Amino acid sequence: MHQVLQKFFSPHSFRVALPDVWQGFQLNLKLMVTAEILVLILALAIAVVRGLPGREAAPFRVLAIIYTDVFRGTPLILVAFLVGFGLPGLNMHVISTQSNFTYGVIALTLVYTAYVTEVYRAGIESVHPSQRMAARSLGLSYWQAMRYVVIPQAVRRVIPPLLNDFVGLQKDTALVSVIGVAEGALQAQQYSQNNYNFTSYVVAAVFFILLTIPLARFTDHLILVRERRERAQAT
Amino acid sequence: MTAFVSVTNVSKSFGDNLVLRNVDLSVGEHNVVCLIGASGSGKSTLLRCLNLLERVDEGEIVVDGQTITNGHVDVNALRRKIGIVFQAYNLFPHMTVLDNVTLAPAKVRGLARAEARAQARELLKRIGLEDKANEFPDRLSGGQQQRVAIARALAMSPRLMLLDEVTSALDPQLVAEVLQLVRGLAETGMTMIIATHEMSFAREVADKVCFLDAGLICEEGTPEQIFTSPREPRTREFLARIIDAGRL
Repeated sequence: MHQVLQKFFSPHSFRVALPDVWQGFQLNLKLMVTAEILVLILALAIAVVRGLPGREAAPFRVLAIIYTDVFRGTPLILVAFLVGFGLPGLNMHVISTQSNFTYGVIALTLVYTAYVTEVYRAGIESVHPSQRMAARSLGLSYWQAMRYVVIPQAVRRVIPPLLNDFVGLQKDTALVSVIGVAEGALQAQQYSQNNYNFTSYVVAAVFFILLTIPLARFTDHLILVRERRERAQAT
Repeated sequence: MTAFVSVTNVSKSFGDNLVLRNVDLSVGEHNVVCLIGASGSGKSTLLRCLNLLERVDEGEIVVDGQTITNGHVDVNALRRKIGIVFQAYNLFPHMTVLDNVTLAPAKVRGLARAEARAQARELLKRIGLEDKANEFPDRLSGGQQQRVAIARALAMSPRLMLLDEVTSALDPQLVAEVLQLVRGLAETGMTMIIATHEMSFAREVADKVCFLDAGLICEEGTPEQIFTSPREPRTREFLARIIDAGRL
């Protein structure tokens, strides 16, 4: 028992590891925010492309489907290897000269955009066709109907599942340590290996938990508010 | 008088289901035409073909001198001059009443925000819902929502209004307020095509009544003629059932 406390919950190690892990964790926060912003925008664009009507749009729809299938199916760690080691290995202008941080953001964005595209798509499809019809019958174009009527309603509906995906993304920022981004988990590993003590991992875990709990509670709150409103409407 | 809307030999099917069969209809400007008939007789589909929410399979529709069924028409421009109101109101639930009414004038007609709002408030006053401008649709009764839907269509200053069973989803005590509004529109000379199950209303407000049965305009005439001395057996049968149900 003493052994466990000493190796995992040593107050001394906690104090010593904290600054380094915190420094690394700030990189997780940056990865997270940058990737989330990119994901929100790109995923919406791809979801809209997937819903385009007409035969002319078929090739774009197919591309969007291929993209989501490929990146939802590929483990993030493989995408991180491919981007973080593969792109520099190409020895190409711009593409091969980015920082590990940038490659980390690219890998996270590629994978999570595929998930979030599906979330948005479900939201867009959940808006009743009569809404689009009402908008079009007022003379709004397809894009205006999407922009002012369909997408605003779709986005409101998918906020809870979207936030759930972001909890996943926050945690997965730790995975890009495999391409040498000195984020919190990697800092913790370094301390652990140098000192033969695992408390630093606990420190990193605490940071991640503290970050996700508020988001999880906020998601619960949003779901509750919506359920209440829907019950009120049903009466 | 030349017709404002003329429908010639229009047919439309969904899969194997032939919903409109060789329909002919002409509507003069400032006239009110009521379409009556059982559910599924093709009333709604006919209305939807008029603003190209549905494409006809055969035949020709001319609105305001412009052929709209040849595939060369600017759909959005056409819809600007044709307002349609649906049975289920279809207000935009994420927008306030005022925003529902200003959306199309601002985005389609390019009205300045202040101008669109002033016009919308004027319309809301006319339908007696000025005080609901900042409410969301789910805070309104069905009758109020339907009045807002009518105001939303009127905000585009349409030359033709299509009303698709606008009172069918309403509680009985809310029907009157909506019909009163439509009656008022008729008095201002709005050209309207109204699909309805409200026979007394049709009789009172229509210049012409068309009875649809299985996608055919089976009989048309003045309200007086259709409701008092229908020629076709099917019209007689339909009206007899309505009378049995105490609805006429």
